[in-house]
Amino acid sequence: MSTTADTPATVPDELGQVAVVSRKTPILLAVLVVGLALVLLFSDSVGETTFRVASRNDLFQIPDITVPGRATAWVMLAGCALLTGESFRRLLNQQKTPLWLVATYALLWMTAFLSWAAIGGRVPVVGLFGGAVALAVPLVFGALGGVLGERAGVVNIAIEAQLLFGAFAAAVVASSTGSAWAGVLAAALAGVLVASVLGLFAIGYFVDQIIVGVVLNVLVIGLTNFFFRQVLTPNAETLNSPERLSAVPIPLLGQIPLIGPVLFRQTPLVYLLYVTVAVVAFALYRTRWGLRVRAVGEHPKAADTVGIKVNRTRWRTVLLAGAVAGLGGAYFSLVAVSGFNREMTGGAGFIALAAVIFGKWDPVRATLAALLFGFASNLQGVLSVIGSPVPSQFMLMLPYLVTILAVAGLVGRSRPPAADGQPYRSQ
Amino acid sequence: MRLVLRDITKRFGSVVANDRISLTVEPGEIHCLLGENGAGKSTLMNVLYGLYHADEGEIEIDGEVRRFVGPGDAMAAGIGMVHQHFMLIPVFTVAENVMLGNESTTGPLGRLDLESARERVTEISERFGFHVNPDALVEDLPVGVQQRVEIIKALSRDAELLVFDEPTAVLTPQETDELMGIMRQLKESGKAIVFITHKLREVREVADRITVIRLGKVVGEAEPTATNAELASMMVGRPVELVVDKGEGSFGDDALVVDNLRVIDQTGHVHVDGLSFTIRAGEVLAVAGVQGNGQTELTEALMGLQDHVTGSIKLNGKELVGRSTRKVLDADVGFIPEDRQVDGLVGEFTIAENLMLNRSFEMPFVRHGGLRIGTLREFAEDKLAEYDVRARDIDTLAGNLSGGNQQKVVVARELSRDLDLLVAAQPTRGVDVGSIEFIHKQIVATRDAGVPVLLVSTELDEVVALADRIMVLYRGRIVGIVPADTPREKLGLMMTGERPKDVVA
Repeated sequence: MSTTADTPATVPDELGQVAVVSRKTPILLAVLVVGLALVLLFSDSVGETTFRVASRNDLFQIPDITVPGRATAWVMLAGCALLTGESFRRLLNQQKTPLWLVATYALLWMTAFLSWAAIGGRVPVVGLFGGAVALAVPLVFGALGGVLGERAGVVNIAIEAQLLFGAFAAAVVASSTGSAWAGVLAAALAGVLVASVLGLFAIGYFVDQIIVGVVLNVLVIGLTNFFFRQVLTPNAETLNSPERLSAVPIPLLGQIPLIGPVLFRQTPLVYLLYVTVAVVAFALYRTRWGLRVRAVGEHPKAADTVGIKVNRTRWRTVLLAGAVAGLGGAYFSLVAVSGFNREMTGGAGFIALAAVIFGKWDPVRATLAALLFGFASNLQGVLSVIGSPVPSQFMLMLPYLVTILAVAGLVGRSRPPAADGQPYRSQ
Repeated sequence: MRLVLRDITKRFGSVVANDRISLTVEPGEIHCLLGENGAGKSTLMNVLYGLYHADEGEIEIDGEVRRFVGPGDAMAAGIGMVHQHFMLIPVFTVAENVMLGNESTTGPLGRLDLESARERVTEISERFGFHVNPDALVEDLPVGVQQRVEIIKALSRDAELLVFDEPTAVLTPQETDELMGIMRQLKESGKAIVFITHKLREVREVADRITVIRLGKVVGEAEPTATNAELASMMVGRPVELVVDKGEGSFGDDALVVDNLRVIDQTGHVHVDGLSFTIRAGEVLAVAGVQGNGQTELTEALMGLQDHVTGSIKLNGKELVGRSTRKVLDADVGFIPEDRQVDGLVGEFTIAENLMLNRSFEMPFVRHGGLRIGTLREFAEDKLAEYDVRARDIDTLAGNLSGGNQQKVVVARELSRDLDLLVAAQPTRGVDVGSIEFIHKQIVATRDAGVPVLLVSTELDEVVALADRIMVLYRGRIVGIVPADTPREKLGLMMTGERPKDVVA
């Protein structure tokens, strides 16, 4: 080691960063390839699969695509295997698997799976995606409510309760007033009502937010079950037979092949959803209100010292989040079916919560995550209609399986708002 | 702005944190509030800033009595605060932090006017020579720059009086000098400045007037010409030995040998890189450096508290890397952690229970899985007396003790075993001067008993007082290992990563 130099030496300013690349992604990809390959090997269905892309009222008709089922599946799966190899190669070079790779893989794998599962039948591509958007509606509303609350520092486990109570209120109000829109408004108010209980305990009395949320879920299940049996069932005619919200195609946009029927031949609730996503994303990142909400969720004390009323901001945000989540409830009793039924949300609130995390507390990403979960739900429905060889019980599990895989396997490191879940007491 | 605080009294329950404190701050002067930790300085300033409400007394600004309900009112009245723990949002940019709470918007949609915030930051930054990039994320900035963002925040709200609450605790000596320069510059531009500190050197350097506070009361004013000893005895209320009485050491063989140590966290950040050093029996090796340069990770790696450690740590020939914390303790390593509240004590446990935390597995306190209460109580009574812990009895909850007494409990626990190594991280942080004196004596006694000591401290005074050799860390690497009599200026330079030419890495 040299002893003296002419100029003072300097210790390097930055320390290295050793890349920590998760092995989860390539392994997951490999498992999915092997799984589907085994299924293909051991099944004996032969025939052709038709993908139907067109729908009525399109500007022009795209012809159906008919392919030999098994062969297509194998080709697509080979593509998946190649991508998996690339993912492993990157792992060895300490690189992350890029999103485009995962997306391409997902597309190929889905095509392979559908080519096999729908052998001898027709895959309605429009129905598959359009239904996914529709099914994702409550998930997206719920996830947006979750994002808003958590960005302000209040964890909302009670999204499920807000959806369920929203569904209940929508059915009752829409039936008794005869207006579906009144039902939608009532759903939002029901969400606010649940949120106000959450706020009272979580913000006002510093109770653990997880516990309040869980209790609220159970409470709302109990309440709605009680009123359903005691009040709604005997008076089904007047209180539980709402007018359904029907699809309203948007002229021109709705006639674009594939995109039109998927995105623009939906119910008004879906259009309201588009607006809500855009407004929430803009407001959260580009307005004074959003800056303050995020400040309160990251470092409430700092917000307090610049004169922001922390708990007032949290209260407002939680109530707003409740309204957004409640809107999602209207989907169940005004769109999916006509009328309320006990526990009809079936855990959608928890999937929405997963979408919040999978979407890294960002409204747009959470929306995409919710759409993915919606797709998984719809796939299940579509396949059972085609009559695929996959057992239906397994398919029913699919949305939840995708949720677990997504949150545990693919989400990577995500950072919640720093003060998420922590009550704030000012002196 | 002329500020007068008159007979401010603030109570927390039965504790009187501020007892009829009066204070006058003139424009264009730096007024130092000197006092020990817990003397009530910060409480007073939080009253001024509207974070606390005074039980009695009044705040007068330019001859007018004001009442502040929240920090917003104080800011509107022209009071700015540079907090000890920065009130900045790490994931926001500088401009966003500066505009927060004071945002302007453009257009019908109420879009945030980031452009004007950027300009404001740049303008103030240039006026005072701060060199702050308005678009940088705060979490990416060095601590010294973050502090400037705090100052910009206050200035952008047209503050006429600035309160600096222990601003130098996190700074390098160089950054401290720069801060002193900034404070003088602010003073010359006519601002009034309140400078809260317990560091005597800094007080004498910049203060125009000094007010000393002890136990919530003003004990007097002092001139900047007063000596350290005079200021210290005012602060503590009795004469204090500022210099530790430490004789020549008698050093044995190399006891702790660390070779090429590297510590990585879960996200892959390297915190300690290529550390190699030895400590002889009976020697204090002091680790100097600004907070956050790998000291925490180094001590945690020694104690088996870090997961990704490579290299080797040999204590008397036995390898410690890869051992669990309990096995490290079994190798007779004592550990005074840097945050006693989090890692050193269980606040809800009694003093006695805290004293046996590192020996909860075996005799003398545990037999066949059962506590031996009698032995423990006897032991605790002894230690309470021996270590001069001021508490009602051994059943007092540790959380109810003052900082100094809490730390004495930790020290008592760690030193009451036969040690082969003592790791002391920030042993006197937030501890009153009297307790510092006591704890320093204990550390020196441990060294004199032939135990190697690794001392980590961000206080250069402490490093110089206790060290036999000094190791300076910067960004997780060793800048150099130098003798204890190295001049402070040189140490300060090394703490910024500069390696003087006569120092070997």
